[in-house]
Amino acid sequence: MFISVFGAIESGIIYAIMALGVYFSFRVLDFPDLTVDGSFVTGAAVAAIGMLNGVPAILATLLGALAGFIAGCITGILHTKGKINPLLSGILMMIALYSINLRIMGTPNISLRNVSTVWVQLQSLWEKTGIDQALNGLLAAIGFARTPSTWAIVFAMIIVVAIIKILVDYYLKTEVGLALRATGDNKQMIRSFSANTDTLIIIGIGLSNGLVALSGALIAQYSGFADIGAGIGLIIIGLASVIIGEALFGTKTIARTTLAVISGAIIYRIVVVIALRANFLETGDMRLITAVLVIIALVTPMYIQGRREKARRLKKREALAQQKKAEGV
Amino acid sequence: MLQLLDISVTFNEGTLDEKKALNNINLELAEGEFVTVIGGNGAGKSTLMNVISGVLTPDIGDVYINKRQVTFLPEYKRAAYIGRVFQDPMAGTAPSMTIEENLAMAYARNKKRKLKLGVTKKRKELFKEYLATLNLGLEDRLNAKVGLLSGGERQALSLLMATFTEPDILLLDEHTAALDPSRAELVTKLTEEIVRKFELTTLMVTHNMQQALDLGDRLFMMDAGEIIFDVEGTEKQHLTINDLLEEFRKRRGVQFEDDRSVLG
Repeated sequence: MFISVFGAIESGIIYAIMALGVYFSFRVLDFPDLTVDGSFVTGAAVAAIGMLNGVPAILATLLGALAGFIAGCITGILHTKGKINPLLSGILMMIALYSINLRIMGTPNISLRNVSTVWVQLQSLWEKTGIDQALNGLLAAIGFARTPSTWAIVFAMIIVVAIIKILVDYYLKTEVGLALRATGDNKQMIRSFSANTDTLIIIGIGLSNGLVALSGALIAQYSGFADIGAGIGLIIIGLASVIIGEALFGTKTIARTTLAVISGAIIYRIVVVIALRANFLETGDMRLITAVLVIIALVTPMYIQGRREKARRLKKREALAQQKKAEGV
Repeated sequence: MLQLLDISVTFNEGTLDEKKALNNINLELAEGEFVTVIGGNGAGKSTLMNVISGVLTPDIGDVYINKRQVTFLPEYKRAAYIGRVFQDPMAGTAPSMTIEENLAMAYARNKKRKLKLGVTKKRKELFKEYLATLNLGLEDRLNAKVGLLSGGERQALSLLMATFTEPDILLLDEHTAALDPSRAELVTKLTEEIVRKFELTTLMVTHNMQQALDLGDRLFMMDAGEIIFDVEGTEKQHLTINDLLEEFRKRRGVQFEDDRSVLG
């Protein structure tokens, strides 16, 4: 149990980068971008092929992110310059990317088992620190039978995700970032204040898919293979992370919302892992679990709010009735 | 400051729905001139505004702002010289962003947007000063989301955002029409104060004849895509609503088919 939850946290924090990308398009730009399903694999494919051809792992990973950025920009161009509906622009790019990804990879699945990935390189540095032994010794002392093989990924990813979060928070508060948010909020208004909404959308969707592709590249190295089907339904997982996070932690400020999205991605993984431990559920049920999770996260806050309102009104009514009664006497 | 030369716009040309929205419009506004525009529905007031702001490109004719030809300059580029307030109080602000963020976006109108913070300490003080001139207490609510403000407050904020960077041209498109009488009066008063303070070259469309007479130093009456009456100075000061209706009949040979559509 502990090991599987640990694994869920590990992968969840990598997927959090993807969730931040989805937050960028869905929430900030109000652009339901389905490119994500394709660009995630593009990131994985470019990074994998790069590494197999001797490109250093970190550079290959960043190249993957760049490829995603370009894919996103094309979706943005389809929508703004081609006047194609946002949903359709994303779907068109998604299916186009399926073929492109296959071309990049050459085969539907590439193994990264014997490749020096970022995680392999990190591991060799990490071992010298001895943190693993210390933490695992601690865990063993409090009675855990099995301990994680390494803490390197969790620690490294916390730092990486924190840096990305801080950058995103800052970006959304800059002059350009404010215009970007206004583009998702009220296009007519920001255009009347001399902002080129087309360019903002193109860059925004590009950045979103750059993050998604970065996540894809890291996940491929984490799981040891790049697979053409890895992106199927990913957009819903991203959306689940955003919605769960927002429902649990709120959206008062930008910094809080991005933190909520990251937490949402991790919580989503944990919930799925726990759900899959139920005997009657199989691995293939994952997408169903995701759908149910999203529905719960969407409906519950509304239901709770409704109950609260009802209770509040009831209380006021009773108070008034009491007051009237008292006056009557 | 603003010059239109031989502007014509036709919608759906060559079909049964063909409509000459603007027919050979020529006008020139001097710097600091405040013009009110009246006319019935379909007179071409909104089309005129859209041609000036760059939402529409005229079929023929040219638009000059500050002696610079801007006829084919896209809307967002032209917006560097033009402040606009729309009829819908929701249209001029971003509802899910805060008051200070909205002001920061308006502040960047005539500058290049950069990757530095939009709301700084220094700017906050500046925004507070400007907000205080509205007398609505908004200076104490810098962090409130604009979506929480009332229609009147939002329109006052829109007006401030459109004007405090002192644009070359200010376009007001029936910006008090969606407000209740007392709020409309407030926004009208603010409009007059702000236009005078910054000496803005202003074009204000209104459905309210009295407002058109009370405000500004020049008045255009539009009908069927043409400016049929252009009056300024003392002559405008002495005009009454009946004079306006009389002018319309004289020029068009018909009674204003629905006076109330102009009276508002």
